[in-house]
Amino acid sequence: MKEILIISGKGGTGKTSITSSFAALCENKVMADVDVDAADLYLVLQPTIKETHEFYGSKKAIIDSEKCTRCGLCMQVCRFDAIDDFKVDPISCEGCGVCYQICPQKAITMEDNLSGHWYISDTPYGTLVHAKLGIAEENSGKLVAQVRQAAKQLAEQRQIPYVITDGPPGIGCPVISALSGADTVLIVVEPTASSMHDLQRVLELTSIFKSNVFVCINKYDLSEEQSQQIEWFCYDEGISVIGKIPFDEAVIKAIAHGVPPVEYPGPAAQAIKDLWERISRGGHEE
Amino acid sequence: MMIAIASGKGGTGKTTITINMALSLHERRDVQVLDCDVEEPNAAIFLNPQFSESEEISIPIPSVDNELCTLCGRCAQVCAFHAITVLGSHLLTFPELCHGCGGCMLFCPTGAITEKPQGIGIIESGLAQNIPFVQGRLNPGSTATSTLIKEVRRRANDRDIVLIDAPPGTSCPVIASVAKTDFCLLVTEPTPFGLNDLTLAVEMVKALNVPLGVIINRSGANDDIIKEYCDKNDIPILMSIPFDRQFAACYAKGIPLVKAFPEWKRAFQELWDNIERRLNA
Repeated sequence: MKEILIISGKGGTGKTSITSSFAALCENKVMADVDVDAADLYLVLQPTIKETHEFYGSKKAIIDSEKCTRCGLCMQVCRFDAIDDFKVDPISCEGCGVCYQICPQKAITMEDNLSGHWYISDTPYGTLVHAKLGIAEENSGKLVAQVRQAAKQLAEQRQIPYVITDGPPGIGCPVISALSGADTVLIVVEPTASSMHDLQRVLELTSIFKSNVFVCINKYDLSEEQSQQIEWFCYDEGISVIGKIPFDEAVIKAIAHGVPPVEYPGPAAQAIKDLWERISRGGHEE
Repeated sequence: MMIAIASGKGGTGKTTITINMALSLHERRDVQVLDCDVEEPNAAIFLNPQFSESEEISIPIPSVDNELCTLCGRCAQVCAFHAITVLGSHLLTFPELCHGCGGCMLFCPTGAITEKPQGIGIIESGLAQNIPFVQGRLNPGSTATSTLIKEVRRRANDRDIVLIDAPPGTSCPVIASVAKTDFCLLVTEPTPFGLNDLTLAVEMVKALNVPLGVIINRSGANDDIIKEYCDKNDIPILMSIPFDRQFAACYAKGIPLVKAFPEWKRAFQELWDNIERRLNA
């Protein structure tokens, strides 16, 4: 079983358009959406939820005002400024439990915090594991790990050769969580100075891991000049640019109709097909 | 006044709005820009600031004196993040899991644990065309995004207007950037992805009790999906910027919209006037 992870550094470069197209092109796979902050893959894959699971993130401290003698020790030891006037602000609380350990009155408890849900769903293109983080909740790194683990388990049980994972933007905790153990990483960039800058940072991160890393340039013809610079940069870094997808109105139409872009014939669909051919071959090369 | 520019979906135009607002307002108002998208900071590409200061930011992580450690395991018992553990005759630490809460040091009965700094990133400050500018850059591999964002925000000065360029999404880093600001601008695009992520972002901003308005970027034929949602939820749409290949070409090269098309300054000034009216109402 191989996991192909799609990330981007900069957001909005086309991860979900490409992941959903791969979902349509790859016959036998489990899909995972680990952009749990803003999960969009379900909009294109039209899932029917089969299983719902609760996700508990870090615990939160709660102060029992009956037992509290207002000694103030908890406020002194909290490094996250989460306690104000002997009340815990759940948004600032990181769940470290130092206040709970130190309270001489045992007035503080650490309570489980339901921070989201994750789902196993059927779609016209196969099984999708996805999640929804609760409003203003933290811990997306842990939820990423949970979704990936569930997708991999399903693939192993059913002897499915691929897991295709729609990743988060950035280089922080959720991306690090998504990268650990991914076999192939496809970084989707666009021909802009911002995306080029963000690509450099994301490559610094992927170099820590052992995955095979490839780059594809989405909407490359919107700036041939910037595309050229990205190609030169990747060449210098020893990273293959394995796809260049042209700007194509058909992609916008497909997404607007909730369909993977590869289903709408056009130059972008053809380029995505070629990209998948190369990725699926490259992913098998040891 | 502190304004956060955020979005659920990435790549909708947060940086575009932030830098063009700053460039349109700074001649008549005192503006500071904070780039809080510390994982992928992009505002500097457009503003070309001259940095006069660079600070390394670190969090405290445990440092163990093996002479004093009795391997009692109290530290491992109190650590909620599994960042310290006794393995055989060794005490092992995992700095990448450490949140810097100080619990292990506090509860060690023999005083074997002290703290040492672990770098998480840098904060650079300077001027961009006379606009005070601060940005954070997270070290690749660090997970302390929110801690670095809070450090960037501590460098907000008493300027008239402080603009925060927030990271995308709806979880911790975004909350760290938007919480306790005076107003949040949510930038979206008129696509099903844009709408879905806007909905999530609106719920997050409302939970933080920050007043908000929406900007539609790359607006065009499909704006109705955003307008209907905003109408239904009583959210003001404060600006629309049409999709234009020339605008996209400027962005691609790192040229601010109001530099190439100065007539857009007025729209950003009006955007600010509108926000100010709402805040004073």
